[in-house]
Amino acid sequence: MKPYDLVIIGGGPAGLAAAVSARNAGIRDILILERDAELGGILNQCIHNGFGLHTFKEELTGPEYASRFIAQVQELGIDYKLNTMVLDLAKDKTVTAMNRTDGLFQLHPKAVILAMGCRERPRGALNIPGTRPAGIYTAGTAQRLVNMEGLLPGRKVVILGSGDIGLIMARRMTLEGAEVKVVAELMPYSGGLKRNIVQCLDDFGIPLKLSHTVIDIQGKDRVEGITLARVEQGKPVPGTEEFYECDTLLLSCGLIPENELSRGAGVNLNPVTKGPTVNESLETSIPGVFAAGNVLHVHDLVDYVSEEAAAAGVHAADFILKGGESPAQALAIHCQGGVRYSVPVSVRPDCLTADDSVTIRFRVDNIYKNQRIAVYAGENRIFSKKRNVLAPGEMETIHLKAASILENRDAAGLILKLEDA
Amino acid sequence: MKTLNLTCIGCPLGCQLTVEMDGKEVVGVSGNTCKNGEKYAHKELTNPTRIVTSTVRVTGGTLPVVSVKTASDIPKGKINQCVTELKEVQIPAPVIIGQTIIADVAHTGISVIATKNIPKK
Repeated sequence: MKPYDLVIIGGGPAGLAAAVSARNAGIRDILILERDAELGGILNQCIHNGFGLHTFKEELTGPEYASRFIAQVQELGIDYKLNTMVLDLAKDKTVTAMNRTDGLFQLHPKAVILAMGCRERPRGALNIPGTRPAGIYTAGTAQRLVNMEGLLPGRKVVILGSGDIGLIMARRMTLEGAEVKVVAELMPYSGGLKRNIVQCLDDFGIPLKLSHTVIDIQGKDRVEGITLARVEQGKPVPGTEEFYECDTLLLSCGLIPENELSRGAGVNLNPVTKGPTVNESLETSIPGVFAAGNVLHVHDLVDYVSEEAAAAGVHAADFILKGGESPAQALAIHCQGGVRYSVPVSVRPDCLTADDSVTIRFRVDNIYKNQRIAVYAGENRIFSKKRNVLAPGEMETIHLKAASILENRDAAGLILKLEDA
Repeated sequence: MKTLNLTCIGCPLGCQLTVEMDGKEVVGVSGNTCKNGEKYAHKELTNPTRIVTSTVRVTGGTLPVVSVKTASDIPKGKINQCVTELKEVQIPAPVIIGQTIIADVAHTGISVIATKNIPKK
């Protein structure tokens, strides 16, 4: 097999955008490895509109958004292998993969970009009591069955979890003729976008029950019904149980970055995001291994996945062209006061020039009003921006001026926090 | 006079709007914290529209269905008729992105187009 300078694991939105930008930054020999039968990743099953408002200034469906990037990859003549499973990534960046035409093969690239995306939290991870009948699907599995395989997983549906995929599937199943009885959400607020609550639930008269969860699943061979109960302080309240007759339960209870390969290679993972810890160049703890998109942290908007992955592509190209010398000094970014995590977790002043800007993405741990996002280097406040509302469901992005970091390069670290405005 | 409740979708704040209607006319909006809330209430209560996305059957393709959308937004009240018409459609592969699937859906004058390429099997 031809030698490749850059191997990208995953041909979804992150992998595609990373490949295009690495090629435009001067890397010729790039290979994308994709386990599905086509490029585009999860976008292929996200047939609803609302993608691309930032990137293309128009509202596209998932497959349309993917096709724009697939076209660029093909025009640039970037190699890709479909139906190809990566089995292992080693610390020295050896990639072991297999498919039906090449069999088992190994690649020894100079750099790797992790773009494997994320996975849904399944029933097994949710501890729902009850029997184990057929008819329990993650919302994304149901989405694939309906939108790509032309199959309807059930006719009477209850959805647990009000994440965006669950809301989108409530509407989709309704349009396909199923009856969606209720969407139950454990938290006192929905994790989904307001727009989806209005256009996917309210439009169709589907009730949303906040602070409710499934406490029992009935049925032996097939789901026959589920029991909901109100939840207070994490516990179901006796006497609030309600039975819903249904043949299908969809789960939309969160996404987890898919990092089995990263873990196998010894990449450090962040316990909050479950994705790799990266520096300002989106480089993991293994030099030359970069990460972007949902494998790094779960995003709300694909536009930001593309943007982040394009940056990873440029940094990987830089690593390949300049050789991988990594300056030792790094300023850690400490998250405080309502900030759950940041990507990146550190910044290396020696990798910045004064007119660069450093993008920091983060999430907050609750709903906050009238706050200021602030970044301190020691005592000096080097960034401040007022925000009227912040919510856990909306990723925040700030851009720090590199000059302000370089001026404070001797600080013990950077602190990112919310303050009352 | 009639009072309606509405959630604004303009931003994550999700203001609960109270709208006063005189017949089909919006005469008052309260509960909004910015001008977008008022605009949204007017549009949503006088002429609500949506882009509809769904799938139609494909014969002889690499996948049995192709994703489609209305080329622009259609009146909210026409969503069901649009989806019903789409259920009757079957098209042969190959399907090209942007291809017209129905020229005039639910008497709206708006077409339904494919949003994905489905090559022949």
